[in-house]
Amino acid sequence: MIAWVIPIALGLFSLGMLFCLYRLAVGPDIIDRVLALDTLMINGIAVIVLADIQMALGIIFEAALLIALMGFIGTVAMTKYLLRGDVIE
Amino acid sequence: MQLALIILVPLLGAFAPALRRRDPVWRLALFAGLPALLSFSLLLSLLPQVLAGEVLVYQWDWISQLGLSFALRLDGLGWLFATLITGMGTLIIAYARYYFEGKATSGRFYSLILLFMFAMLGIVLSENLLFMLVFWELTSLVSFLLIGFNWHSQGARRGARMSLVITGGGGLLLLAGLLLLGQMAGSYQLSEVLLAGERIKADPRYPVMLSLVLLGAFTKSAQFPFHLWLPHAMSAPTPVSAYLHSATMVKAGLFLMARLHPAIADTELWFNLVVPTGMLTLMVGAFVAMFMHDIKGLLAYSTISHLGLIALLLGLGTPLAVSAALFHLVCHALFKAPLFMMAGMVDQATGSRDMQRINGLWRYMPVLMVLTAVPAAAMAGLPLMSGYLSKKMLFVESLQVSYPFWTTVVPVWVTLAGLFSVAYSIRIFHNVFYNGRPLDLPIYPPRQPSRRAMAPLALLTLGCLVVGFAPALVYDKVVAMAVNAASGTLVPAYDFSALSVARWPMIMSIIAMIGGALFYLARNPLFAIHSRLPEVDAKNIFEWIVDRAIAYSQRRVYQLENGSLQRYLALILVTTVGLGGWALLRFDQWQGPIALSPVDAMSVFGASVICLAALGVVVFHHARLPALLALGVCGLFVTLAFARFSAPDLALTQLSVEVMAVVIMMLALSFLPQRSPHESSLPRWTRDLTVAGIAGIGVGGLAYAVLTRPVDSISDFFLANAVPGGGGTNVVNVILVDFRGFDTLGEITVLGIAAVAVYAFTRDLHLKERVAQIADEHWVADPHPVILSMVARLVLPIALLVSAYIFLRGHNMPGGGFIAGLITAAALTLQYMAGGLVWAQERMLTQFRPLIGGGILLAGVTGMGAWVFGYPFLTSTFGYFSLPLVGKFELASALLFDLGVYATVVGSTLLILANLGKLMTVAGPGKEIG
Repeated sequence: MIAWVIPIALGLFSLGMLFCLYRLAVGPDIIDRVLALDTLMINGIAVIVLADIQMALGIIFEAALLIALMGFIGTVAMTKYLLRGDVIE
Repeated sequence: MQLALIILVPLLGAFAPALRRRDPVWRLALFAGLPALLSFSLLLSLLPQVLAGEVLVYQWDWISQLGLSFALRLDGLGWLFATLITGMGTLIIAYARYYFEGKATSGRFYSLILLFMFAMLGIVLSENLLFMLVFWELTSLVSFLLIGFNWHSQGARRGARMSLVITGGGGLLLLAGLLLLGQMAGSYQLSEVLLAGERIKADPRYPVMLSLVLLGAFTKSAQFPFHLWLPHAMSAPTPVSAYLHSATMVKAGLFLMARLHPAIADTELWFNLVVPTGMLTLMVGAFVAMFMHDIKGLLAYSTISHLGLIALLLGLGTPLAVSAALFHLVCHALFKAPLFMMAGMVDQATGSRDMQRINGLWRYMPVLMVLTAVPAAAMAGLPLMSGYLSKKMLFVESLQVSYPFWTTVVPVWVTLAGLFSVAYSIRIFHNVFYNGRPLDLPIYPPRQPSRRAMAPLALLTLGCLVVGFAPALVYDKVVAMAVNAASGTLVPAYDFSALSVARWPMIMSIIAMIGGALFYLARNPLFAIHSRLPEVDAKNIFEWIVDRAIAYSQRRVYQLENGSLQRYLALILVTTVGLGGWALLRFDQWQGPIALSPVDAMSVFGASVICLAALGVVVFHHARLPALLALGVCGLFVTLAFARFSAPDLALTQLSVEVMAVVIMMLALSFLPQRSPHESSLPRWTRDLTVAGIAGIGVGGLAYAVLTRPVDSISDFFLANAVPGGGGTNVVNVILVDFRGFDTLGEITVLGIAAVAVYAFTRDLHLKERVAQIADEHWVADPHPVILSMVARLVLPIALLVSAYIFLRGHNMPGGGFIAGLITAAALTLQYMAGGLVWAQERMLTQFRPLIGGGILLAGVTGMGAWVFGYPFLTSTFGYFSLPLVGKFELASALLFDLGVYATVVGSTLLILANLGKLMTVAGPGKEIG
């Protein structure tokens, strides 16, 4: 069963990534684009976990961990810039 | 062995006056005079051997692959010059002791003079051509320092620069010529070069080589048109002028011509190049000398004239001409140096060197007058003097010329030059010591020169007299062996008795003497005409030429390198595509034997997203923030690609770097306007697109071709040896910190340097006011939102924990010092962003620069620890230990190395970040960070 669940899950998450990319390209406001990138990263976490399970490697999970831990720092920097014009005040 | 001593003694002696500069002048003169005297005596002791025809060679190999060795050679020619250098040097040092009386700069002078003596001896005693070139350039350098000795004077500085450029440039040409000569002869050793004369002259490269070597010799010996540096070198102190610019350095070029005579001379090209140059120099020098009002200027031009004379004789090429040349060389040194000394004494006595004002000094300095009369008469070529004989020898040789045109021109020319030389010799004597009363002298009545100061002058005058009265003796003892060495054959002794009865030379001498006297008597109207001519300063012309050359090359350089990054990239890509494509076009088949692996949907999806995102960056690039976001997408998908191809370390590293890169780029972007202007035109787009497209397709195709061919990579070795050799199961990490640890050490050093460079750049940087944006009015009031601060505070300990975990497990599982460092840096960056610069700096107790230095030091010391146990640098060791609860684990010394990497990464990243952040704060740069 797991043999066909994972490809379907991967496909759905890829679809999610496509939607994010659409929003990144089209998004009328800059904040839409920033959020699109952030959401893309979250999807990335899922894709990495699923890919590791599918390939049965067991060592790629830390990449997902790092995205979860640090991925938002880039978003924070951009948002601070949009809010205040300065990244470090 | 003695040869080496002769050269090294002046070099060693040069240190004493430099170190003891405050000593009185007489003691420094002693320190300087003793080495010179020692070398001189060593040379004299070797005279019997050299007279017997022996050639002493002393050799010590240095770089045998290049043909360069310390090789010294003493034969007749070398001995003659070396004795001249050391003997004259001793007398100049003695003279300088009185010249520098009361001045504090004598220490510097003496060490420079000894250094020069060392260099000059190196030229004349060298056996290896390349070795000689080193000394050649050294003499140019020391001469530069000596001409600019009174560096307060602008005229001295300009003159020194001009002399260095001309003689140094000549040295470059000489280098090229000597390299060619060495190749043509098959060796750089003189013994072999001198025997290969026939082969050299028959070689097709002979004209080029000869021109280059002669250009080098001409620039050094102030031949026309390179003679201009010599008169302007007269701003040097008089001992320098007497030593370098009349007796030794300017003769180096002529020495070279005599030394290489058997190898490169006696051809028609030699005659055609050297004789006209010599003749022009002879005439220009003699004619202009007459009109110089400065004593040293007159002497400088007369030196130029005599150098042209010697060059002319060397150009005529017959053994008798060579004898005349070398004989005149000796005579010239003996009469020119005392005249320079006289100039110096007159200058110090009266405060002026202008001959229009110095007249009638016979009343005040009768002894000096008597002592000057002899050299001046020798220079004029009056009977019974040495100059008379050498002039006659010149006339004799000039009549021997057999080429059709030259056979009439040369004797007439030489007689005319002789006429002028008589005129200026009379002038220098008569105008200084007679000719009425002194006019307007700064020091009046003139000071008496001390008796002891005139001793060197007297010795040289005595030398002139000896040569004049006993020429055959001097010739046989000293000059003959030099002539033999220079011609490469045994030349019969010169018949001086035949000289006095030759008819035409006698007539020519008489014409010259009478004509010269008449010319001198008619000087006043001639001076009047000369003073109405426009004044031409060679220094101005020279500097004008140099400035024009510099401006031209700058224009050309800026045409190519105009500071535009797009231009450089385009050039690089076009060159790569051109060269690589041209080489690869010969491939008949792109695809190799390896079959393509099956394609899966996820990879296709990922690859297409990367392509689209990259295109997106290009499309969005005017709006910088969206472009940055598209770049972030690229980075994320590259990480996914690494994960897909099971490269966990790479994925982790790419991720961490991506985060830091985004933050730093945001910092920089905040100072740029939000939108960049549209600057490119359609043709330019097309051009750029084409170049980029072809480059991309080319690289892609190359990768395809490489990947489809079987390749034996080095990864097998590492996979096999990671555990037994390094003790870790993470091959990537073992390679980084163990197998290729030296590489990593270099990389963290570079990272540290880059961070310190950013620190240095931003230290006192006050950037212009930021461009006003539309969003400015809508800034949120709160600079530090509470939610962010709270989250940041929670994230920090967790991130540090993760960082430590990744660091410790790096040797066996994906991880390592670099990734751990970046995680820590990211977490700390979050603190800076959330709390602000001031808040974070208060709490950041570690200074960043010591952190960077400590990291590199730790990595290096870990490597050096291997030396203690006798192993090469960066050999690591590992062992297995067990703890009660933890179990068995592996510990390697590479862990310390990794710790160094960790510290450097944290320090560098935070240093860059904090300093850029400090710049961008609206409040402006504050206290230093890091």
